[in-house]
Amino acid sequence: MDAPALIAALQEDVPGASLEAAASADLHTTIYASPEDLPAIARALRDRPDLRCVFLAELTAVDLHPREPRFELVYMLVSLEHRFRLRVKVRLDGNAAHVQTVSGVWPAANWLEREVWDLFGIAFDGHPDPRRLLMPEDWDGYPLRKDYPVQIRMTPHSSQPLQVTEQEFRANLERDRLTRR
Amino acid sequence: MPEIRTETMTVNMGPQHPSTHGVLRIVLTLDGETVRAAEPTIGFLHTGIEKTTEQKKWQQVIPLVERMDYLSAQSNSMAFCLSVEKLLGVETPERVRNIRVLIAELQRINSHLVWLGTHGMEIGAVSVMLYCFREREQLLNLNEMLAGFRMFPSYMRIGGLREDLPRGFHAAVRAFLDAFPAKLDDYEDLLTKNEIYIERTRGVGVISKDDALAYSLVGPIARAAGVDYDVRKCFPYLGYETYDFTVPTRTDGDVYSRYLVRIAEMRESLKICRQALDRIAPTGPFAVDDPRITPPPKDRVYTEMEALIQHFLIYSQGFTVPAGEVYTPVEGPRGEHGFYVVSDGTNRPWRIKSRAPSLLACQALERMIVGGLIADVIAVIGSIDVVMGDVDR
Repeated sequence: MDAPALIAALQEDVPGASLEAAASADLHTTIYASPEDLPAIARALRDRPDLRCVFLAELTAVDLHPREPRFELVYMLVSLEHRFRLRVKVRLDGNAAHVQTVSGVWPAANWLEREVWDLFGIAFDGHPDPRRLLMPEDWDGYPLRKDYPVQIRMTPHSSQPLQVTEQEFRANLERDRLTRR
Repeated sequence: MPEIRTETMTVNMGPQHPSTHGVLRIVLTLDGETVRAAEPTIGFLHTGIEKTTEQKKWQQVIPLVERMDYLSAQSNSMAFCLSVEKLLGVETPERVRNIRVLIAELQRINSHLVWLGTHGMEIGAVSVMLYCFREREQLLNLNEMLAGFRMFPSYMRIGGLREDLPRGFHAAVRAFLDAFPAKLDDYEDLLTKNEIYIERTRGVGVISKDDALAYSLVGPIARAAGVDYDVRKCFPYLGYETYDFTVPTRTDGDVYSRYLVRIAEMRESLKICRQALDRIAPTGPFAVDDPRITPPPKDRVYTEMEALIQHFLIYSQGFTVPAGEVYTPVEGPRGEHGFYVVSDGTNRPWRIKSRAPSLLACQALERMIVGGLIADVIAVIGSIDVVMGDVDR
């Protein structure tokens, strides 16, 4: 299915949805959707008999910093019935990076959205479990953003080092010796 | 009679439990021996490979992606190379495509052997592990012969292969392919009709076809549940449509079906390997003839100025890849796998995302183990064949 046909089909189900075709090097049909229309479009993609994209292959984001709109969310879908693949992309502003969750449409999106939140800091409204996935829960910042430094050393907050300083060590020894006597 | 007081118990399994295949942690809520809730926790092996690749030149990414899913290294690097080649718009020679098919199928057998060995061992069939690792050793020897490295050969290159096949490679592969079917029969003798094995696995960890689709499960897990989806058949690449093979599927969706599917897959992979090996000429082109990407042969580098410059440019600056984005799915040992590659037109990738089949399998783990017995948890984790390097990246 090519992009104009896909857009026409989707606009039947979601009247007034703003969709535009995008170029792709690998011939997988790619369209842009606006974040407001996303839940309705997701449902149409899954349920329309001529689409039936029940299989969400991948959900990820790209940070285009310093360009605006800064983020692009990418939903890669497969229709096993009709044997085609397509990509739906959503542009998001860097200052208001949030979008409605699709984990109600594709349950697989649950962890994939958590991963995007974890690494890019894009919030998914209505997500059933909005926690970090890969990084520690108290991590600062979103590592895959382009303005996140590459080589930094952070002390993990969740555990304190068990080592004592040399002075403390000697004091402990001394105290032990005194109490044992 | 006083009422018996009951309460659930929370058990922390992992992250360093030997049967969790690395560092997977599952918080189990138990009611007696029945699992009432399960929460997989991941991220203990997160090494930020995707972030690291953004700092590397295109060819330098290959060793990194091989280390993501460490049981299917060559399959990973092949998927990455296919994506970048599509973005570059280069077409690799047919001989390269056939060699890649052969290597990918050997990698699938390799990965399935590790799976069978560890899965068998975890539920008590220790001898299977010894036999599987014996055969896997031969496959690792083939890797060593090919590239000098057993686990992560880095033999794939964008545009082809690093070097030509070594002398005697055909004979070595053929010897393996001839000996392996009998070994596969041996494994089946140990397990397929083994009453204890069947009791431990049949009807355990069931996932329905609809759930498998909804949770984006792929590969042997989905095919055991009746989802007839194999990238090699549905979206052929590398000329897979010209090979004669079938895609085994089952309908029960339990641990035992996954075992049967993987065993059958190994037999199909053997068939593909034989066909690929027959098509590969002993010598011939091993990389695309494109001076932008492929370094010139060493004898020319030593004698010609232009070749020396070209060699120097490729190894110091790398090459640029046209701006754009691409995703090429391949069928890895754990199902659809691929790299979403975004380029901004420079000599370094802008963004690389690996589609991780193990991550989604981990997510669906909860559905497979809740309601079952705690002893079955280990059988189920083994059956979905998670590789934590692929989950956490």
